[in-house]
Amino acid sequence: MISVEDFAKEADQWFAENTPRNVDFMMPLTFMEVGTDQQFEFLRNWQKQVYEAGYLGAAWPSEYGGGGLTDAHQAVATKAMRKYDAPIMMNTIGLSWAGPLILDIGSEAHKKKFIKGILSAEDIWCQGFSEPENGSDLGNAQLRAVREGDEYVLNGSKIWTTHGHFGKYMILLARTNPDAPNKYAGLSFILTPMDVPGIETRKIKKLTGEHGFTQTFFTDARIPADGLMGQEGQGWKIAMQTLEYERGARGGQAGGYSITEPDPLEILNLARDTGQLNDPVVQDDLLDYIIDAQAVNLNQQRAKIGPLMRDNPAGLPLMDKLVKTEFAREINQYALTLQGTRGAYYVDEPNAVDKGLWHRSYLNAFSATIGGGTSQIQRNIIAEHVLGLPKSY
Amino acid sequence: MSFDPQALGRLGITEEQVELMDVAENVCRDKSDITKVRAQLDDDRGFDLDDWREIAALGWLGIALPETYGGVGLSLAEDVPVMEQMGRRMMALPFITSTVVAQAILAGGTEAQKTTYLPKLAKGTIGTLALSELNGSYDLHKVDATAHVTSDGFKLSGKKVVVQNLDAADVVIISAKLDAQVSLFVFDAALCPPSKRRREKLIDETKRSYEINLNGLVLPQTALMDQGSTAAALAHIDLCANLLGAAELVGATQTCLDYTLDYLKTRKQFGKIIGSYQALKHPIVDAYIGYEKARSLLYAAAYSFDEQGKGEVATRMAKVAASRALSFAADRSIQFHGGFGFTYACDAQLYRRRAIFHDSQFGDVRWQKAKLADILFN
Repeated sequence: MISVEDFAKEADQWFAENTPRNVDFMMPLTFMEVGTDQQFEFLRNWQKQVYEAGYLGAAWPSEYGGGGLTDAHQAVATKAMRKYDAPIMMNTIGLSWAGPLILDIGSEAHKKKFIKGILSAEDIWCQGFSEPENGSDLGNAQLRAVREGDEYVLNGSKIWTTHGHFGKYMILLARTNPDAPNKYAGLSFILTPMDVPGIETRKIKKLTGEHGFTQTFFTDARIPADGLMGQEGQGWKIAMQTLEYERGARGGQAGGYSITEPDPLEILNLARDTGQLNDPVVQDDLLDYIIDAQAVNLNQQRAKIGPLMRDNPAGLPLMDKLVKTEFAREINQYALTLQGTRGAYYVDEPNAVDKGLWHRSYLNAFSATIGGGTSQIQRNIIAEHVLGLPKSY
Repeated sequence: MSFDPQALGRLGITEEQVELMDVAENVCRDKSDITKVRAQLDDDRGFDLDDWREIAALGWLGIALPETYGGVGLSLAEDVPVMEQMGRRMMALPFITSTVVAQAILAGGTEAQKTTYLPKLAKGTIGTLALSELNGSYDLHKVDATAHVTSDGFKLSGKKVVVQNLDAADVVIISAKLDAQVSLFVFDAALCPPSKRRREKLIDETKRSYEINLNGLVLPQTALMDQGSTAAALAHIDLCANLLGAAELVGATQTCLDYTLDYLKTRKQFGKIIGSYQALKHPIVDAYIGYEKARSLLYAAAYSFDEQGKGEVATRMAKVAASRALSFAADRSIQFHGGFGFTYACDAQLYRRRAIFHDSQFGDVRWQKAKLADILFN
């Protein structure tokens, strides 16, 4: 096996040579921002290139299409991506949520069928958890799956489906038993193909004015029953495991990043470019963001240092999503205040500061403070699972 | 602009830190509980001399001193877990002042002063700092007290305030202007007679402090520290005190949160445990997150403390975060205890008062941020 050092050198060279520069459209900074076909095709090809070069899924088993190396190898490859500010890996739901889940609890057939397509971006994955009437109350999901022979018949609707109109497969939370003793026990987790009759997606226009996610309708849609993960009735537990991947509280992801995290250095540059870096009031604000960014960064390092994690081992992992997404929202919001009269502009306006990127990023930031469990739900989780407070409902 | 977030953001831990953390956690828990802390609020000395002797015997006062001067030969990084645990149990031992006095002598003392004082301080002689004045400035160079050369030493005039634990201290470091140049002096506390001291009333009642009337006080010639190292010594004092202050704050925040959570888990209103209400649950989570962030910044500061430049940035960030963490946690603790929170009997006030005291020592949040702005932006 190639040493981590050599692998790092090769990765560094590869990303130095191959990272695309100066594209003539607005590059999505998060996987949730992929809206146009142009953005989608570009990022899909980019992910394929990175995978084929060996820098994505490096630690996943080689018999299913992974690189057969170690987490340390993938980590240095991801570091090289960051160093060269490479575009995101867009098939996030496959790479970071469904993939690690399948590798952990999926059948041999699941692994053979799905893993390679996740890595190559041949198969785009989406997630069917939220419903129009059941968002934060995910456990109350009502989409019905009825077993008929070796098929499930699906009826209902899922919403906020990122990449829904690109998706080949969906990780679906469905109600297989409406008469279960409690709402959680009636749920099952099914790997669902999207290209079957009776499944339709409808694009939803986001607050940014762009498209990027869909509502998905299921009308007597018949899917193979072998997509069931675990047993019927285990859906809630498996969905919670998936959310742990999504929130970064559990490892096993393919690598790379699906969100370009806001760098306080960029906001510093913005303050300098707009002639405000010497304003003590602005400096005072900027320091709050710098200190906070530093704390978030250090939290991640500390999470790996056992002796500094003894008091509340689950604390830092469970707060990761909350602190990062709220930080992104706040720093992007602050950036708007540095633009003076030009803060009036929006994306595509030639006079806009940085092409309107900050405005778009601020509005898009809510996708992460709401999706994957709202910040308010995250606080409930931390309160109950780390601080031991009683449930609120 | 020298700001490089990559360079700042490193965190690690030494084996010695872990060992000291383990020992300190047990010792401090066994030695100090809140009943004992409260019993000492009215005590003249304010701390248990036996506890002090015990931590001295454990070598804690010599952790960051070189072995040549009787120390253990580790660094300030290893003082952090110890101070954090003392802070957690609200122990009022004069650890910060004694440690900082030793560090100041190490950074700015003459060789004779190092030989005289450091081995004693390593064994548990108590030291204190007479730096603050009524001008209220956090700037240690802003000194109005003066020293004049006389035939037998230096004659002082002016006033020093918030000299902590002076009654228990044997060694004092004082700052005064000598020929318009800020200078440091180290001397035996016995030279400062009771008539020159006045006990002050502090917001943090676990702590003790004195005002010193310097007029007429005469120090021997040997008291003058190395004038060429004054700036370096003052800078070191500032950072050591802020690092250890942050550690004490972080430890206290943990306990303050535990105390508040206990109440939120047991108090019932409207037939439900009040901790189930999100109006209380969400802010206490925010307080907890503030604590964890401060703790990460604290241990990063410990890790990089000896690195030129980085150490200062990391330490000031830690103090900002730690100060905010305890201030917010304690402020909400008072509020969430309702009517009981408004009473002296509720411990929330102890924590809130401690945070206010730390803001007053070696720089509050605004001061630290101004210093950071100087380094990072200017």
